[in-house]
Amino acid sequence: MTEPMAALKVTGLSKSYGHHVVLRDISLEILRGETLCLIGPSGSGKSTLMAILGCLDKPTAGTYALDGERVEALSGGELAQIRNDKIGFVFQQYNLLPKASVVRNVELPMLYAGVARKERRARALELLETVGIPEKAKVLPAALSGGQRQRVAVARALANRPALLLADEPTGALDSKTGHEVLELFVDLHRQGNTIIIVTHDLSIAGMAQRQVEIHDGLIKIEEAA
Amino acid sequence: MKDNPLLHTFFNWELIAGTFPRLLTEGLLNTILIAAGAIGVGIAIALFTAMLLLSSRWWIRLPARIYVDVFRGLPVIITVMLVGVGLPAAGIRPFGTNPFGYAILAIGIISGAYTAEIFRSGIQSVDPGQLQAARSLGMSYLRAMRLIVVPQGIRRVLPALAGQFVKDIKESSLVYLLGLAVGQRELFFIAQEEVARTYNSSPLIAAGICYLCLTIPLTHFVNHLDRSLREGRPARRTSRPDEEPAAGLASAAATAGENR
Repeated sequence: MTEPMAALKVTGLSKSYGHHVVLRDISLEILRGETLCLIGPSGSGKSTLMAILGCLDKPTAGTYALDGERVEALSGGELAQIRNDKIGFVFQQYNLLPKASVVRNVELPMLYAGVARKERRARALELLETVGIPEKAKVLPAALSGGQRQRVAVARALANRPALLLADEPTGALDSKTGHEVLELFVDLHRQGNTIIIVTHDLSIAGMAQRQVEIHDGLIKIEEAA
Repeated sequence: MKDNPLLHTFFNWELIAGTFPRLLTEGLLNTILIAAGAIGVGIAIALFTAMLLLSSRWWIRLPARIYVDVFRGLPVIITVMLVGVGLPAAGIRPFGTNPFGYAILAIGIISGAYTAEIFRSGIQSVDPGQLQAARSLGMSYLRAMRLIVVPQGIRRVLPALAGQFVKDIKESSLVYLLGLAVGQRELFFIAQEEVARTYNSSPLIAAGICYLCLTIPLTHFVNHLDRSLREGRPARRTSRPDEEPAAGLASAAATAGENR
């Protein structure tokens, strides 16, 4: 185990749009190296919580510390910087740039962080090795299967050594076998010490994580450790 | 042939040949200037207006929506007269007494209204995941729109955009209403002068040929561009040479096609 310090800590967090309250008084602490599953039906507020944890949206009230830094009051530009530095995202639909090669897709966040070209390329190739598809570096995403595309997306998410890996239904677009392989990859990443949050509505996926947090009507309903 | 009034009125070769030199030396350049200026003004207005139209706040969308509805709904001739005659008469004379500037502004305002809708539809057709992913990689909303979403969106509406440019070229002839000095005359104006002098319509045929020489190649050029962007460059089978970082990102986004 790494030192038991919080990767992220949320206290009394709320989010409302006008009179519509989506999240109320959420408090949550995730330790470094921990894997947590966020479950809940659609409309429960889990996407909103994910957006806030991912610094894509701001809470209406409450505090949020990510990697020891308070982020709830940062400006849009500062949040963009945090997203680039500290958070890696994986989406259900991969969201790769369709006409850029696999290795260039993985390089993208580093390009944006200003990493030198040689280092960028070397790290991207290393990451493709980590996710198990080093031989696909030069091809376009269209030539890959769904599972392989999701591996590229995971490699891209890891590019800037994020403090937090945030995956939103990462197996939602995959068949069960491929989905399981991608989950195995997340288990490996967990073993390597990454802090991971997986958002899902699939309870069998949730069972693989150390901790599960269930959201209902904007409230944390059940929290259990596996 | 001189005996056939129909042929004589429309296809008097002497008159057509006689009009061409002035069409080519003076009119063509001026038509291109007005049209290109109007297209430039239109694109600038349209990019800004499309952003407003895409806002989630109704009070930001409202002025853009009114602008688009009004200038798409008005006859072109009314807008040209309002801008070209109305503005100077009201004492607003950004271009002095030069009708060129007012013509470019008028056609540009109309073009901007149509082009804004074209841009909006293109940008809205891009998978929202692309914006989400770009933001998640650390881009601000505006930067993600500029580098990732807008290039993909505009690529998809190239054919519609070509149609709009053709319309702008044709509508540049309406500057005729504002009166032009020697040296400023565009294709239609020159032809119309000849028609008035000779009472024969053949010069209009000559001007028409000039317009077609602009509009048809433009349409086909844009279609070709569209096709090559859609199918990708032949070089893509081999590994691409490394580009400069910034150019690499921009070009990756610019050539990005169908999602996933």
